[in-house]
Amino acid sequence: MSTAAVDTHLVEPAESPLTPESWGKLGMWNFLVGDAMSFGGLLAAYGALRYGDPNWPLPSSILGITLTAGMTFLLVCSSVTMVESLAGFRAGNQAKLKKFLALTILGGILFLCCQAYEWTHLIEHGQSIQHDNFGATFFVLTGFHGMHVFSGVCYLSVIFARASLGKYEDPHNNEIEIAALYWHFVDLIWILVFTFVYLI
Amino acid sequence: MDAHSPEAIAQEERRYLRIFLILGILTVLEVAVTRISALPHAVIALSLVVMAAVKAALVALYYMHLASEKTLLTWIAVTPAILCVFLLFMLTPDLGALTRMITHAIAAAPATH
Repeated sequence: MSTAAVDTHLVEPAESPLTPESWGKLGMWNFLVGDAMSFGGLLAAYGALRYGDPNWPLPSSILGITLTAGMTFLLVCSSVTMVESLAGFRAGNQAKLKKFLALTILGGILFLCCQAYEWTHLIEHGQSIQHDNFGATFFVLTGFHGMHVFSGVCYLSVIFARASLGKYEDPHNNEIEIAALYWHFVDLIWILVFTFVYLI
Repeated sequence: MDAHSPEAIAQEERRYLRIFLILGILTVLEVAVTRISALPHAVIALSLVVMAAVKAALVALYYMHLASEKTLLTWIAVTPAILCVFLLFMLTPDLGALTRMITHAIAAAPATH
């Protein structure tokens, strides 16, 4: 290896108040911020359309609030299992890391099953994306979020596979923390969707 | 106390469970508030928005560790929230008025056969 190459390898980026602790975390936060704007645009459009329509149906008269409250609780539980998984990783407990990661993935899959049941029930009763603005906004918002949950399940499954292969023995590795950020974001967005679309 | 020491991790886990309890209670309260028919809809809506904001803040601050991150990350995370509220208040008068105009035009239009 040449001297120049060695010198280049040893040069660190200059520290500044803006230098993040982890470039990976900063990258994930930047992605989540952009995604939040996507959801924000959809929610803002939903709010604006609903405000202008005096015939907008009361959500509780069409949607199953009890089931959705259960789904919300399920997603919150999966956030807890995710932080427990991260805590296990930080403590060097690989068994705890994998166990709670598996529970988080299971929570996500159960959420998607409940959503599929809800959609099927609504479609059988005449609701659809073409039916009216209520149907259009409902299916687009919950479908967009559902795709995020599905992506999160795939993402965490890859993390679980890598954990099973022993890729997370080093406690300074922050891949688990970065994946956890995405999963908590999915939960956070559902909290807002549940409130604005189902309850208000 | 080192951030990754067993005591620190145990303390964090207790905090996560406390946050989980608060989130659960707020979810139950949200559903309960919608069942109180005596309250005006505006009051119900406002209380739901406040509770949702508190839940979202708890998840962001403690589960996503924003409370212990550098200020830069906090500003990055808060920016979309500010912009989305701005977007809603900018869109609602225009889109709302347009939707009302279309809704009333459809209601007033004579049937064409």
